[in-house]
Amino acid sequence: MQLSTKHLLGIKNLTTEDISLILSTSQQFKEVLQRPVKKVPSLREVTVVNLFYENSTRTRISFELAEKRLSADIINFTAAASSAAKGETLLDTVNNILSMKVDLVVMRHSASGAPHFLAEHIPAAIVNAGDGINEHPTQALLDAFSIQEKTGSLAGRKVALIGDIMHSRVAQSNIYLLKKMGASVMVCGPPTLIPKHISQALGVDVSYNLRETLEWCDVANVLRIQLERQNQVLFSSLREYNLAYGIGKELLDSLHKEVVIMHPGPINRGVELDSDVADSKQSIILQQVENGVAVRMAVLYLLSGRSVAN
Amino acid sequence: MQVIVNTKKVYDTLDQLAAAIAAANPDFSSTVMVGIQQGGALVSQYLYELLLKNNPHASSLEHGKLDITFYRDDVRNKILAPDPMHLPFSIEGKTVILVDDVLFTGRTIKAALDSLFDYGRPERVQLCVLVDRKEHRQFPIQPDYTGITIPSNRTDKLKMVITQDNEPQVVLFIP
Repeated sequence: MQLSTKHLLGIKNLTTEDISLILSTSQQFKEVLQRPVKKVPSLREVTVVNLFYENSTRTRISFELAEKRLSADIINFTAAASSAAKGETLLDTVNNILSMKVDLVVMRHSASGAPHFLAEHIPAAIVNAGDGINEHPTQALLDAFSIQEKTGSLAGRKVALIGDIMHSRVAQSNIYLLKKMGASVMVCGPPTLIPKHISQALGVDVSYNLRETLEWCDVANVLRIQLERQNQVLFSSLREYNLAYGIGKELLDSLHKEVVIMHPGPINRGVELDSDVADSKQSIILQQVENGVAVRMAVLYLLSGRSVAN
Repeated sequence: MQVIVNTKKVYDTLDQLAAAIAAANPDFSSTVMVGIQQGGALVSQYLYELLLKNNPHASSLEHGKLDITFYRDDVRNKILAPDPMHLPFSIEGKTVILVDDVLFTGRTIKAALDSLFDYGRPERVQLCVLVDRKEHRQFPIQPDYTGITIPSNRTDKLKMVITQDNEPQVVLFIP
């Protein structure tokens, strides 16, 4: 069994079989990660370059750990500390790295579509680790894996995405994935942070009322307010945002049911999520991080085949 | 597809293997049995049940499944989806009876040993196979318990399968 694609550019182009294959393979890697020796030799002859044109803590460390657990050789590239700062173009940088015989490229970039551009120009397999406001496929896969692990299945599950939908690649990838796998999705946030035609375009329900959304959903995936991508004022203040859309313990306790709380990190504590919720038993935020390594191992493993890569 | 070993013969061979394992292991208290996915896991399930049925002292024997997909030496020529693993016990200091359906080049067993040692350091590993295709071995690996030795061509594919009537058979796939 193989993926239908040579690259992982986004969830949009994956089939449901691809998603199921990645999730079931992730389960096997999760098992590997619980052993005394948390490493397998599968990618022993593979060289991976981590190309990070945008800041990242979790995703970069998670990919790096996944690569190490698969026994791959790794090159880390951070744009700020490289010749990109001297004006080298993306394609030149990558071609230079590729001439050192690299098999897989993991890439994060602030421009939407950057990994797609690369996929058209170079022979290595590309994994999108987040591109602008487009997609963050491995985050959606690890979110799905965590939902499946916590609640048993994706099909029929009611998942709410709460917060800054407009600037969130995590939201977009999650919506594609959850819809493909048969879950219902509702997005919730201030009208200024929800794209106007999202309901028609992506087939999700829209709510501007947090309580109503939480009463409906089984799982609430709370997104970060992306201050760095907003070049105009879309809500009056963080304090006001917290009053209308911040999730606190009191609100959750008043629901008379247990909503699973997720967050892709980094959390703005006291803005979208209060500390007592982020650290509560309902929250699976740290499991998401743990599962991230297994899911990324699965993606890298499935994309590493010789027949596929070259 | 051609049946090489019929169901009756498979059952007889399993009986004989279980008896040999019981005879060689008077004490099962620090012994575990691990089947290699997929055929070996089936064989080891049968053997485990036989051992439990016929030997009161086998009740402490533990049983698991090992998947070697990530350890194959040709892993990237053909990306395969892994099968479930199930080793809910420690193998540290134990005697491991490794079980496979067909022993051929020895590459699978080599991968299984690599994988096994990432779970801990067993005291000894014994190999039990239902079918041995002895003349094609590429590594210095020999079974401790052999069911049937079957002469075969290099390109043949032999495998234990479960029929629609839920009975085991060893079949030959001619490519």
